[in-house]
Amino acid sequence: MATDATLPTRPSGAGGARLLEPPNGQERGRLRRDRLIPIVTVLATVVTIAPLIAIIAFVLVKGLPSLNGQLVANAAGNPSAPGALNAIVGSLQMVPMALLLGGGLGLLAGIYLSEFAGSRTRQLFGFLVDVLLGVPSIIAGLLVYSTLVAANGSSAFAGAVALSVVMFPVMMRATEEVLRLVPTSIREASLALGISGWRTVLSIVLRAARAGLLTGTMLAFARGFGETAPLLFTAKGSDALNIGDLSSTMSALPLFVYQYSRLPDRFFVAQAWSAAIILLAIVLAINVAVRARSINTRVE
Amino acid sequence: MTVTEPRPGMAQPVMLAPARAASAIEPELRPLSPNEGLRIDDLNAFYGSFRALRDVTLQVRPRSVTAFIGPSGCGKSTLLRSLNRMHERVPGARVQGKVELDGVDVYGPAINPVRVRRVIGMVFQKPNPFPAMSIYDNVVAGLRLSGTRDRRVLDEAVERGLTRAALWSEVKDKLRQPGTSLSGGQQQRLCIARTIAVEPEVILMDEPCSALDPRATLRIEELITELRTAFTIVIVTHNMQQAARVSDETAFFTMDDDRAGYLVEMAPTTTLFTNPTQPLTEDYVSGRFG
Repeated sequence: MATDATLPTRPSGAGGARLLEPPNGQERGRLRRDRLIPIVTVLATVVTIAPLIAIIAFVLVKGLPSLNGQLVANAAGNPSAPGALNAIVGSLQMVPMALLLGGGLGLLAGIYLSEFAGSRTRQLFGFLVDVLLGVPSIIAGLLVYSTLVAANGSSAFAGAVALSVVMFPVMMRATEEVLRLVPTSIREASLALGISGWRTVLSIVLRAARAGLLTGTMLAFARGFGETAPLLFTAKGSDALNIGDLSSTMSALPLFVYQYSRLPDRFFVAQAWSAAIILLAIVLAINVAVRARSINTRVE
Repeated sequence: MTVTEPRPGMAQPVMLAPARAASAIEPELRPLSPNEGLRIDDLNAFYGSFRALRDVTLQVRPRSVTAFIGPSGCGKSTLLRSLNRMHERVPGARVQGKVELDGVDVYGPAINPVRVRRVIGMVFQKPNPFPAMSIYDNVVAGLRLSGTRDRRVLDEAVERGLTRAALWSEVKDKLRQPGTSLSGGQQQRLCIARTIAVEPEVILMDEPCSALDPRATLRIEELITELRTAFTIVIVTHNMQQAARVSDETAFFTMDDDRAGYLVEMAPTTTLFTNPTQPLTEDYVSGRFG
């Protein structure tokens, strides 16, 4: 047995004593940093959650006092008891319409990319859609302003179109990703039964992915429901209760919050906060529902 | 008949020679006319520029079980997928040569691949029932999505399909439960029921038991033996004992240095396993190669 001459020889049994040696300066510094880093990251995490809690608390404190029946019963144009019904009803018209336009388009485009496009087309369009997802929503508003609004004036329809531009890429990405999770073996099983290609997509693939598609739809809906910027120059806002007249201006909840919070009258500012509660509650409810669903499906 | 052949069971050692062959099959197979069964003529299959199959010529006997065996990558699954035009679904994949069913060119210009797959059904390696569909809906998927709406017809198809797939007694009280709730072996029989329900002439099986335990495998093998009177069955298998147990004829494939698969020989199963003409076949079936 050859021993390596370069290795220092120590008496055996020294290990225990070395364990008991007090830490030197370098080691003490390292120990301190080891304790510090987790604390810093925990603090950072708390700070990032703080805005959510602050938002909810702030909105509740400021908005609860004037959150009453009048707010949801009357339109802002009501001379004796103004409310925000026009904004609630406006959101409930424009957002579903935008979902029909942008969501429907996004669904079809997502189906194309997942089921029919070649890999290069898929990459190219995927990239373009990611860019579209990153475009500030005010630009979507400007686009519709310079086309539809320039030609026909402000309208609820223009507002819905602007919202659909924001919702389209959300829906398309969600659709594509969810459909690609459906295993190829399921498509092959369908085709091997003599089921045609489009039937396979419609009745087998979409059905297999329906939970994920619903999630995508809800996310697109929540996204559109919370957007203000696309509506600023398009639907413009209106104090009158507009039901079904898509060629006139129309209010929406986020638009109401934005416009009323800037008015000098404290009563209207308080109403803006109350409307913010409703807006926040709806958007958060959708998001929480989506998360709860995805947790459930993961457990299955 | 003086000797009763024992069925290959779990208690017995697995034999290479098919146990039922002597009683179930005529020792001399009747010669086939060119317009019978599934005739594959000079077939080549490609993935892009890679040739996966070279010059395969063989004929599958109607209403019998034909096994394709050979080492991994020898193209037997590609050949199977060429028969019902599933191969061309892979981007860049194509075939050259002829596949004829009862004398009709499967790749003919007027032939719709959707129709081909109704007549030549397929069962896959992994059980793949449709998710989010009940047992009932799985069985009738092929009929319903091709336009059959009549409830009575569908009900009948479910009972008949599940009965022929030897699954009816196990699931008749839970037809509304999801197909994916069944065990692996039951799921595979559900997939067979689904295939039978559209009344194909030929059933292609691509290693149908490789994801199953020995018990479930035995059930499927028994089922194949029962179905051979009603359907023309082609089964790809890695398991030589399985080929020996269930098939009437066996085709042995291997691959060349350029990795193109080709047919070495095809013969009645007993002959191929006990008295092959090619040294390559003998090496493979005796376990010296592959």
